[in-house]
Amino acid sequence: MDLRFTPEEIAFRDELRRFFRSEIPAEIRRKVAEGRHLSKEDIVTSQRILHAHGLATPNWPVAWGGKDWSPVQRYIFTEELQRAAVPLPLQFNVFMVGPVIAAFGSEEQKRRFLPATASLDIWWCQGFSEPGAGSDLASLKTRAEKRDGKYVVSGQKAWTTLGQHADWIFCLVRTDREAKKQRGISFLLIDMKSPGITVRPVLTIDGSHEVNEVFFDEVEVPAENLVGEENKGWDYAKFLLANERTGIARIGMSKQRIARAKRLARDTEANGRSLWADPDLRRRVAAIEVELKALEITQMRVVAAQRQRDADKPDPASSILKIKGSELQQATTELLLDIAGPYAQPAPEHEEGRNEPDGDGLDAIAPLYFNARKVSIYGGSNEIQRNIIAKAFLGL
Amino acid sequence: MDFDLTDEQRLLKDSVDRLIADAYGDFEKRKRHQSGPGGYSHELWSNFAELGLLALPFPEEEGGIGGGPVETMLVMEAIGRGLVVEPYLDTVVLGGGFLRCGGTAAMRAELMPQIADGTLTLALAQLEPHSRYCLNDVVTTARREGDAFVLNGRKVAVLHGDSAGRLVVSTRTAGARADRHGITLFLLDAAAPGVTRRGMPTQDGLRAADIQLEEVRVPAADILGEVDHGLALLEQVVDIALAALCAEAVGVMEDLQRSTVDYLKTRQQFGVPIGSFQALQHRAADMLVAVEQARSMALYAAMMAEEPDPALRRPALSAAKVQINQSARKVGQEAVQLQGGIAMTFEYKAGHAFKRLAMIEKTFGDTDHHLNAVSEADSLVEAE
Repeated sequence: MDLRFTPEEIAFRDELRRFFRSEIPAEIRRKVAEGRHLSKEDIVTSQRILHAHGLATPNWPVAWGGKDWSPVQRYIFTEELQRAAVPLPLQFNVFMVGPVIAAFGSEEQKRRFLPATASLDIWWCQGFSEPGAGSDLASLKTRAEKRDGKYVVSGQKAWTTLGQHADWIFCLVRTDREAKKQRGISFLLIDMKSPGITVRPVLTIDGSHEVNEVFFDEVEVPAENLVGEENKGWDYAKFLLANERTGIARIGMSKQRIARAKRLARDTEANGRSLWADPDLRRRVAAIEVELKALEITQMRVVAAQRQRDADKPDPASSILKIKGSELQQATTELLLDIAGPYAQPAPEHEEGRNEPDGDGLDAIAPLYFNARKVSIYGGSNEIQRNIIAKAFLGL
Repeated sequence: MDFDLTDEQRLLKDSVDRLIADAYGDFEKRKRHQSGPGGYSHELWSNFAELGLLALPFPEEEGGIGGGPVETMLVMEAIGRGLVVEPYLDTVVLGGGFLRCGGTAAMRAELMPQIADGTLTLALAQLEPHSRYCLNDVVTTARREGDAFVLNGRKVAVLHGDSAGRLVVSTRTAGARADRHGITLFLLDAAAPGVTRRGMPTQDGLRAADIQLEEVRVPAADILGEVDHGLALLEQVVDIALAALCAEAVGVMEDLQRSTVDYLKTRQQFGVPIGSFQALQHRAADMLVAVEQARSMALYAAMMAEEPDPALRRPALSAAKVQINQSARKVGQEAVQLQGGIAMTFEYKAGHAFKRLAMIEKTFGDTDHHLNAVSEADSLVEAE
């Protein structure tokens, strides 16, 4: 047993550190560091730089542009990417639909979609949740009827993140209304330009346009856009959601925020001295750091255990990572808000939820705190994660 | 990075787990062990010796097993699961640690075999009535007289100090009360003239002693480490013991987690197992999260325990103890709450596990103490 990185792993880490800081534009990394929303161009620019160096989709099969990395190398990659405030590759493409198509799609689908998904020539969004199907996702009602060799889709999807930029949407749709609810679901790929699709923005409490409602009115979808088998979509969705959760702890991001919080506290005056001189604040930061260190090692244990598991099968311990990871992300945004204090109040005139940056980025801190409340809700709420632990681990 | 055990480590774990399961699997047996002389079973202690556990940390060339922090962790986890009362931490981890890290060749040659065969136990007499968690707050004095030192002072809550054959004693040989310089460690015979011991049970079923030292003469040859420079050695060995305590706590928590889940599955109320209630399921899930976070930090503690640079080692062990303490408090309290009235009774194991966790929290630094240490070191996440 040895928790240290090998010299090769350290060299790998150092090379990534250099690469991320020298190749990804500083202005984009600054926005990420300050927790600002990124434009479509920012995300595309960053992902294409990664893609040009073969680093956009390391988690994919090697045949489709993935890396033959050890779980430790994958962990280091994600960690260093976040620590350097590089935008994550677009989740919907890289961690969701890409792996599903690679694992369950037809050869034709792989050829058609995977290269463009990696390079972000196709921007995907996720059509899972519905107004009546949140935590109880399997109760979804959007239906697809087979007519003349096509699927005709009608219904409504909710919380469609960045759907305003999307070219395609991957959807869970009901193809058998008689079957038990998980059994009658299929996984469909739908072109967002199809007639009958309407996207309506939903502003979130931080004032940003991040999520949308997507309406489907008799939308025709070619039958070849079905992934895998009809009525097996729930299995693919579970595969996708468990993949999502292993990357969800965001330890590097929390470290980056703690580092920023320390700098802000040093630069902030309170009662005539530096706020960082306040031992209560420092103990609070230390307590968050301790929990984060523990989570980092828990994450490494999950990573190491993946070597013993089927590579395509995520570890159910991902629920622990989701709960603790989201709690710590929220704790770091609370910390930033409390350090910014009264200076967090002004919300400069903004357009589409994007504030103008000032020197310290204080204007973006309250929105970041507001927005971060979502992390214990999405990806299977933390209460759902506790249900999973109770049932899958504890047998209750 | 590698979390796998070697074949030898797996064998060690299997044999220790079997030994503890046999000796402690039935909780009634713990009471019998406690009624032995010194509050533990000498027969079981011989079994520990036969398995080589008492020679675990000693180098192979000195007749030991050459085990490191991972081996100690495996033993301590089993000790935690069984709520073992034998003086392993005091004799092997602490006492053995002082010999290994600061003992003279003569001491090692004489005492390591006696520890290994189970005839000698040790205890660390460090805590004083006013020192709390500060290892360098020492008023027990040692004054030089020829080639000996004469010790005076009082040590309290010396775990297993009533039965130990030798005592590691921290004393002040120079400087003021809390100076870091001027501390000297002695390995003294517990039966030496001038040593008065008053034994007592601890809250968690172990034994301790209040020890009075009055004009106790100790030859200079019994000094551990160097005169006036004993603190670094004391901190080094206490850090090794902290890692071991973290592992023990994980063992206790693991057992509490298991018994709680078993109880939720079998206890029927309102015509159903109470584990079918979501309010209880979520609390059990949170217990598991707390145990796993603690396990991660016990691994971290084991990895850092032998780090020679105290500037790296000490904050790491403090961070581990903070997490262990916080998880221990949560898991202990929740186990009692979820198992309900039965866990309040003296004959049931869970309440004793809860008590052991509460006392581990107070051993070598509580949460506030170690949180201060982590925040002062400020080394877990580098600032921008």
